Amino acid sequence: MAETFQLCMSHDLAEGIRRHGAETFPYECCGALLGRDSASNEKVSAPDESPVGTPREALGLFPLVNRRDDSPRNRFAVTADDVREAEQAARQQGLEVIGWYHSHPDHPARPSDFDREHAWPWYSYVIVSVMSGKPADMTSWRLNHDRQNYSPENIEIRNSALA
Amino acid sequence: MAVKVIIPTPLRIYAAKKESAEVSAQTVGEALGGLTTQYTELRKHLFTEDGKLRSFVNVYLNDEDIRYMAKEATPVKDGDVVSIVPSIAGGNLEK
Repeated sequence: MAETFQLCMSHDLAEGIRRHGAETFPYECCGALLGRDSASNEKVSAPDESPVGTPREALGLFPLVNRRDDSPRNRFAVTADDVREAEQAARQQGLEVIGWYHSHPDHPARPSDFDREHAWPWYSYVIVSVMSGKPADMTSWRLNHDRQNYSPENIEIRNSALA
Repeated sequence: MAVKVIIPTPLRIYAAKKESAEVSAQTVGEALGGLTTQYTELRKHLFTEDGKLRSFVNVYLNDEDIRYMAKEATPVKDGDVVSIVPSIAGGNLEK
């Protein structure tokens, strides 16, 4: 049985991701999701099973520069230094990096094999499709423990962030 | 040599939720080997099937990227700290 994942975010934050995707079109945008995760609910004993869903909320964005200048239309890259910068920004706000977002210009919001090969479980990977410059579908995914597939993560958009 | 390996948040579920682990090693490579021997489920998220560090996995020794040192053969000393930091990459369905 696939687990059900849920990622909560405010309407404003979701719009921020969509806007970033539109701004960088036809190139890919990318950034970090800062937020909270109830990690205490994670199951430790059986990592061979599908990951266990946890309440998770994104409370801030940390937009980053796509470092891929060779093929920015269909690739994005965030360096380890960018990751450390995002982690520091999260810590300063009492949050943690719970995932990453990027756009797929003129492509569906589905993870590619390339995405899968460069991912870790636990993180939320949000993808926004930007068609002809306009933001379209937005999805979120989590890599399974076996690295073979992603599980979809439901995005719950709220009118305002949780207190 | 006793070194501390910081385990990144996404991988702590494979390491009994620990933030770090103490391992005995002479090199960074041995430290990572010790870590993944202790927590075997970590291995596939750090290394490819043929035992190479995954391309997006970066390793720091006391804040220095080991790529600019002797990579996994970089020697360690007592009290050193090894950190594992991903770089994030992806893209659309076109190869």
